[in-house]
Formats: sequence, C-alpha cells, structure tokens
Amino acid sequence: MKVLVGVKRVVDYNVRIRVKPDGSGVLTDGVKMSMNPFDEIAVEEAIRLRERGVATELVAVSIGPQAAQEQLRTALAMGMDRAIHVESTTALQPLEAAQVFCALAQQEQADIVLLGKQAIDDDSAQTGQMTAALWGRPQATFASAIQINGGTARVTREVDAGLEVIDVDLPAVFTSDLRLNEPRYVKLPEMMKAKKKPLDVKPAAELLGAGVPRLELGAVRPPPARGAGIKVKTVEELVTELQGRGLI
Amino acid sequence: MAKVLLIAEHDGTKLNAGTAKVLACAGDLGADAIDLLVSGADGAALDGVCAQAAALSGVSRVLKNARPENVAPLAAILAPQIADLAAGYGYVLGPSTTFGKDLLPRVAALLRAPAVSDIMKVLGPRSFERPIYAGNAILTVSVPDGAPVVGTVRVASYKAVGEQAPAPVEAVGSSADLPTHTRFVELRAGSKDRPDLQSANKVVSGGRGVGSSENFRLIFELADKLGAAAGASRAAVDAGFVPNDMQVGQTGKVVAPELYIAVGISGAIQHLAGIKDAGTIVAVNKDADAPIFEVADIGLVADLFEAVPALVKALP
Repeated sequence: MKVLVGVKRVVDYNVRIRVKPDGSGVLTDGVKMSMNPFDEIAVEEAIRLRERGVATELVAVSIGPQAAQEQLRTALAMGMDRAIHVESTTALQPLEAAQVFCALAQQEQADIVLLGKQAIDDDSAQTGQMTAALWGRPQATFASAIQINGGTARVTREVDAGLEVIDVDLPAVFTSDLRLNEPRYVKLPEMMKAKKKPLDVKPAAELLGAGVPRLELGAVRPPPARGAGIKVKTVEELVTELQGRGLI
Repeated sequence: MAKVLLIAEHDGTKLNAGTAKVLACAGDLGADAIDLLVSGADGAALDGVCAQAAALSGVSRVLKNARPENVAPLAAILAPQIADLAAGYGYVLGPSTTFGKDLLPRVAALLRAPAVSDIMKVLGPRSFERPIYAGNAILTVSVPDGAPVVGTVRVASYKAVGEQAPAPVEAVGSSADLPTHTRFVELRAGSKDRPDLQSANKVVSGGRGVGSSENFRLIFELADKLGAAAGASRAAVDAGFVPNDMQVGQTGKVVAPELYIAVGISGAIQHLAGIKDAGTIVAVNKDADAPIFEVADIGLVADLFEAVPALVKALP
C-alpha cells in the first residue's frame, strides 16, 4: 500500500509574523522556515501505518521553490522512503496544489494521500478536500484516528459536535488534525542517512492540468493592535473590573 | 444580478447558530436574492429546520433538498448535489465550521473555482478580507470574473441577523450521481461537562506554570465556576498535563471568546496567535515580565496557586 504525504515549507510556528510595510506580504527574509506542523503529523502517521504493517511505500511530496527540499529531507529523516519535489517558483493556490496531488496520486497509483488539515501560513484548509474532489475519491478531513481494514479505512474526525466516525473506500484523501499523533524527533544520524534517499524533481507545469481561475491576492495588513491593558493588584480588584465590564 | 446560495448547517432538528451569521455576511454582498439550502434524508423531518431557516432576516427562499443519501452531512455526498444546484448562482457560501470547511472546498473544486476561506469582511461584490497566519495578518483577496464566489464565512466576525416573516419553502432536487465510497458510521457527541472551546463565550486556560496534571483541577474549578471552556497552552500539553485537544494556539485551537483567562501562561507567540480575537484577555502570572501581559486587557501579577482559589471564592 502506497502513501503519498504532502509537506509544505512554512514560516516556523514560533516566529512572530511581521507584515511588510508596503503591504505586499509578510516578512520571510532571514526567518526560520519549517515543515507545516500538521504535515509533520501526516508524515508521522504514514510512518506509523508502515510500523503497523499496513503501508509499504511512503512518498513525501513538496510543492515550492528549491528550498522546499530541506523539508523533504526532514520527512525522509523521519522515515519516508523517497521524495518528490514539485518545483514551482510561484506559490500555487489550493486548487492548483490539488491538481498536482491528484496527478501524482494517479501516476503513483497511491492508495492514500495524507495531507495536513491546513497550512499555518495561508490557513486555507482546502487542498485535501479539493484533491479528493478532482480525484473523485473520498475525503476524511480533520482525522484524529485512522484504522485501515483491507480496502477500506475507518476514520475518526474531529468535528464541532464531537467525533464523527466514517468509513471510506481506498484510495482516499485524509487530512490530519492535531490529535492524530505526536510526531517523533529526528536524530542526527537519520538526517545523515536521509541525504542518501532518492529525491526526484518535477516541474509543476508537468502536473498542473488545464488552467484554473486563481484568487487575486491584494494587500496584506496587520490586524488591529490591542489597546494597552491595565494591571490590577488583587483578586478583589480583578473581580470588580470584570463586573464593571459586564463579563461576569 | 447575482444570487447567493447559502448552505445551511443543522443537526436534523436545529439550525446551526452560525447560519444567521453567514446571512449577515451575505447581506453585505448586495445580491438580488439569498436562498438557503437545507439538505437531509427525509423531507417531512426537515420541516422544523426549514421553518427556522425561513424566519431568518434576509432569506429569500428556503430550498429543501431531501434525498435518502443525505442521512449524514458528508461532503462527498452533499458536494455533487450542491455543485448541481449552484447553477445560476453567483455565490455559494457556508459557515467556517468543521462542516463548512469540509464541504465548501469540495464544492469549489467540482465547480473548478477557487475558494475563499474564513471571510471576515466584504469589501466589494467579489473582494474580501480574510485572516492568514492565524490572524496575525489580514489578506485582501478577489475572485476573478467568470468564476462563482465559493467560500466560508468566519462566524466570529459577524453578528446574527434578526427574524422576519417566514420566507417561502420550496422543494428542490438534484439528480447528480452520488458516490457510495463514503459511509457515515456514528457521531460521538463531545463531553457535555464543559462548553466547547471554539464556541464558548468564556475560556480559562492553564500553562506550564500550573505545574502538573493534578494542579489542573484549579483551572477546571475556575472554568466551571464561570461556565467556561477549559484550554491549555502548548507548553502544558507538551509537558503532559492535559490532552492536546485542549491546546489553544496557532497549531491548536484558535478561539475568540468574550472573556479569555490565561493562568500561568507566559504567552508564546504561537499561543497569542490563537487568542488574538478574544474580547477581553485576563492574565494571571507571577512573572511580571511575561509577554502575556503585553496583550492582556487586565493583568494580575500573582501566584496562581493563591489567586485562582481566591478568584473561585470571590466570583459571584
């Protein structure tokens, strides 16, 4: 059983985001970049599927500039078998990324496409659902448990009302939620070994299908700043303050 | 010119409260009509939900879409019907709940259209503001001419519309082929002990300063006294004090309650990103230099082990 995992290079979750003064985006020069945390969970889940004897071949895929290969090496060090770097100098939008994943899923004859539920840069949370739609296959988004039973999967999904359990036929697309697992740390020897694992590069143009409409991206602005707060000295003062604001 | 198809979320008996907020957003579009689509398995059983929908201000028509396959709100089943019924509409919108986030991108892809997630403001008929980087930046996006506008509306950004004299309810149907590859098994309702983190009006969260799993009962006691949801910082989750479904922050849950009380939380960037939209932030921390005080509306520099029990006692 072959598992394809999406890995996106994003600004590290610990970095304070600064909007460029000209409103053209956020500052990324000299900023620490990492694997999207939800993708890390997806990589971990793929590796666990193999450890449980379910998956046999694990392929990490990243769409982006040359530098995205760093995150692919991390995925390889975690335990993925090989990597595909889909090279694109322009940032693909979710519908385009879905075209790429759908094309790769078909070329690779993947049984499972595992993506993060969203990337923490654009927060779209669309690529998994769109990939499933274009591929004409099931989607199990926001997954917190995945159990494979032959040609079907039973997936527990984190929904607002609680936990929803669905059965889907494979092949299918899953997107990982926070509770799915806790990713392992990568040790140095594994980073060294990962350098020898195969990494293919494909131009995005080869995998994108017919042109699709793109959202026009306008200005980026910082959110309204929060006003300066007050300090209280005692619990009693705090209670009075909360009462005064009608909060309790 | 353009009409809006709004996808209602419901549990079979009750219309989701987010629907009235999505309507407020739809009202800003200047559209000719707003039709609310209610889907379910059994037409008669949907009448209650349809009546609730019809009474919401701004609704032109309620479209009742009954089909036996719609026993559960599965995106793979609903999306082909919605893509079919969307013919003639310029907009297809839903709430940015787990239901809407799961469904609308699938509808968009079937329509070969891009999707706009988490609309927080309408700037023009095809132009919107949406949060990126967990709300640390606000992006303007426009949908190009020729494509339908498909998206989800960030319900926390809108106030619910009021009521109106009931709009007509009409039966509609789609003959789209529906897949059998996705099957609903069950819904396990969340713990009812405390409100859900993401929809609660009040949230109390504990951080590493709480010190242990046992000490977290202080956080739970305060939450229960306030009728609040209980959360935690990533540091508290990583330390094993509480399970990670309680994590508030950029990689956990992004919350927007009226009152957020951070106890023993220093205020790491990724935590602050998850609470930015809270109405009032209260911080209790013994370290006066903790970054949480830079965003707190009310700060109390104190030992949480004394302050929290005192607060529980002092609260009405």
